[in-house]
Amino acid sequence: MAKRTVIPFGPQHPVLPEPIHLDLVIEDETVVEAIPSIGFIHRGLEKLVEKNEWPEMVYVIERVCGICSFGHGWGYCKSVEGNLGVTVPLRAEYLRTIWHELGRIHSHLLWLGLLADAFGFESLFMHSWRLREKVLDMFEETTGGRVIFSVCKVGGVRKDVSDEKLAEISAELNGMIPELKELTDVFIEDMSVKNRLTGVGVLSKEEVTELCAVGPVARASGVASDVRLDGHGAYAELGFEPCVEQDGDSMARCKVRIKELFQSIELIEKAAKSIPEGDIDVKVKGNPSGEFVGRMEQPRGEAYYYSKGNGSKFLERIRVRTPTNANIPALVKMLQGCDLADVPVLVLTIDPCISCTER
Amino acid sequence: MSYITKSPWIIHYDGSSCNGCDIEVLACLTPMYDVERFGIINTGNPKHADIFLITGSINEQNISVVKQIYEQMPEPKVVAAVGICATSGGIFKECYNIMGGVDTVIPVDVYIPGCAARPEAIIDGVVAALGALDEKKKALDARPKISDTAADSAMGAASDDSVDGAPPEPPEDPILPGDDVEVKYYGAASEDEEAESAADGSGGGQEEGSAGDSGKEEA
Amino acid sequence: MAERKDLIQDIQPVEASELLGAVADAKTAGYRLGQACATKVDGGIEVLYSLEKDEVLKNLKVSLGDNDPELQSISGIYWAAFIYENEMHDLFGITFKNLALDFGGHFFKIASETPWNPVNKRSGAADSAADGGGEVASSVAGEGDGGDGDGREKIVNLEKNDKETPAKADEKGGEE
Repeated sequence: MAKRTVIPFGPQHPVLPEPIHLDLVIEDETVVEAIPSIGFIHRGLEKLVEKNEWPEMVYVIERVCGICSFGHGWGYCKSVEGNLGVTVPLRAEYLRTIWHELGRIHSHLLWLGLLADAFGFESLFMHSWRLREKVLDMFEETTGGRVIFSVCKVGGVRKDVSDEKLAEISAELNGMIPELKELTDVFIEDMSVKNRLTGVGVLSKEEVTELCAVGPVARASGVASDVRLDGHGAYAELGFEPCVEQDGDSMARCKVRIKELFQSIELIEKAAKSIPEGDIDVKVKGNPSGEFVGRMEQPRGEAYYYSKGNGSKFLERIRVRTPTNANIPALVKMLQGCDLADVPVLVLTIDPCISCTER
Repeated sequence: MSYITKSPWIIHYDGSSCNGCDIEVLACLTPMYDVERFGIINTGNPKHADIFLITGSINEQNISVVKQIYEQMPEPKVVAAVGICATSGGIFKECYNIMGGVDTVIPVDVYIPGCAARPEAIIDGVVAALGALDEKKKALDARPKISDTAADSAMGAASDDSVDGAPPEPPEDPILPGDDVEVKYYGAASEDEEAESAADGSGGGQEEGSAGDSGKEEA
Repeated sequence: MAERKDLIQDIQPVEASELLGAVADAKTAGYRLGQACATKVDGGIEVLYSLEKDEVLKNLKVSLGDNDPELQSISGIYWAAFIYENEMHDLFGITFKNLALDFGGHFFKIASETPWNPVNKRSGAADSAADGGGEVASSVAGEGDGGDGDGREKIVNLEKNDKETPAKADEKGGEE
C-alpha cells in the first residue's frame, strides 16, 4: 500500500473566492478520503434573531448568502407567514416566483462560469459572466439592487412591477436564448469539457437517496426531488416539472443546471403572461407564536427555514438549513477515489456556497 | 504617476462575507466592467499584490489569515475594505463570532461602502487606493536608508508583533507604512515560504527568497 | 389555488429513547432526512428532525434537559446526519453517542464554546472526542493501527500548525 498523506485543501484555494477547508487523505494521486471542516465564515447570524424584531430579521436572512439572497428572504417570509397563518396575494406570489427564477438564472450562469474557470476555460467563464450581467440589470431595473435587494417582506413584496416591464424582461430573456445556447452548447459538446466532466464523480440514484443529497446533485442522478413541486409560489399554476438527468456524473449535474436555465426563462415568460392583477401585500397583524418548517428550492437545492415564535416581537429561533450543507455528505462520497486533479471540479459540481453553509 | 500605479495587482480575500461583495469583486474582472483594461490583475499570491481587497468582517478564525496575507505583501501596499461588513461589521456586527471591521486587525486605507458594494464603487475605491499607493511609494523612496541599529530594533519589534492564535487585541502596533518593517517581513517571508508555495504556486516564492536573503544581509 | 403541501405541518413529540426506532421506521417508509436542528427553550433544548417524502414533511421533536444533554446519534441510520449533529454539538453542547463521523468539537471554529447554550458548558471538547472518534480517526491515521486518539490529534494539529507557522517564522527572524 502506498503511503498516505494528508493534504489540506483551502481555506485559500483555487476554486472559489470562498474559504472551504478539506483534509484530503491521498494515496499517490488518488483521494482516499476527504474530511470537511467548516467555520471560517461562521457568523452566527441566526442568533441575531434575539436582537432584531421579526419584520426586520428578513434583512439578516437575506444576507445568509449574496448569491441566492432573494430565495433566502422568501424562505424566511414563507416560514413566518406560515407561522402567522397569512395568505399572500397571488400577484405577490407571482412576482416572488419571477425574481426567484431570475435569481436561478443568475446563479446558474455564475456557476457555469466558475466551473469553466475550474477546468481552465477562461473565455467560457468570461462569457457566462457577461450574460449574467444582463440578469443583474433586470434586478436593478425592478428592485434597485444588483445582488441583495430586500424586496421580499412578510406578507408580500415591497415593489410592484408593471406588466409592461415584465413583458419587456421576458422578451429580453428570450432574446438571450441564442447566446445562451451558444454558450451552453460548448459545455455539452466541447471535447475538452467532456473530458473533464463525463464519468467524473458518479453518484448512483441509491447513493444520492442514501446521502440525502438535494437539488441539482440529486436530480442529476435521477431523483426528481424539487421543492417547487409542493405548490408554493406560482409554480403549481405555471405547471412546473423538475429537470432530471440519469447519469449522475459531473456532466449530468452540469446538464441539469443548463436545462434549468432555459426552464426558468420559460417559467418567467409564462408568469409574465398570466400574472393576475391585485395587491402586492397584506397587512400582517400579531406576532408569530407557533412553529413552522418551511422549504424553498434554491438554485443549489432544497433549503429549510424553521421558525419558532413565542408571541413576542422576537422569534425564539430561526434556523436555516442550506443546500450546500445537505450536499456535503455527497461531496465527501464523491471525492473518495477520485484523482487529486479532479478535486476542484468535483467540489464545484455541488455548487458549494460556504457562506450559506456556515451562516 | 509612478509605474506601480499603472498596473496594480490585487489580491482578494473573503473574510466572513455573505458572497455578495465577493461576486461583485469578481464581476469587476468580467467583460461588463473589465478592470483588466486598466492593467489591474487579480492574483492569488500576496507577494505579487499591491492592493489587498477584503470583503466581510473579521472573525476569530480568519484573523491570522488576514494578517499573514498583509504581512506577505511587499511595500508599498494598500488595503481596501470592500462592503459595509469589512468597514465596520455591518449587519453582522452583533454576531457572537464577529469581531468587527478589517481595521481591527490591519490598517485600512480605503473604505468602500455598500451592501453589497457595487462594482462601480469597488473600481472607484481601487482608484482611490492608487492615490494612497502613490503616496506610500513616494514616502518609501524618500525614506533614509535603514541603519544596522534600526534594522535590529525592527526585528525586535517584529517578534513582539508576531501573529499567533492568541486572543485578538486591538492593533495598537500595526505595521505602518513608515515603519521599518521591510526587514521584518522579508525575514519572515523566507521562513513562511513552505506554507506559502503550497497555496499559491512557487513562482513568486523564488523571487522573494532572494529578496529575503538580501534582507538578512542587511540585518 | 393548487394544494399547498408546504402548509402541512406535522410535528410529533418523541421520547429520546424512542428516537432511533422512529427514525428507522421513517427510513423504511421511504423518508429522506431533510435537516436536524436544536432550539434553546426555557429549561432545556428541543431537537427537531425533519424528514421528507413526496414533498410532505414529518418532524420529530425530542426534548432534552439543560444539564449535559445527550442523545443517540441517528448517523447510523442516516449517515448524512453527522453534519447536523456535529453542528449541534458545537453550538449547543449536545453530546451525540455513536456518531458516525465525530469531529470532536472541531467542526465549527468559533470563539466561544456553545454560544447558543450558555448554560451548558461542554465538559472539555477533548474528553468527548476521545470516545467514539472511530472512523475519522483511523482513516486519517492511515495505517489503521494508529488508534482512535491519533486521528483526532491530527485534525487538531493541522489547526495548530496554521496558527504556529507565522509565529515560528517571526521568532526565527528575531534570532537572526
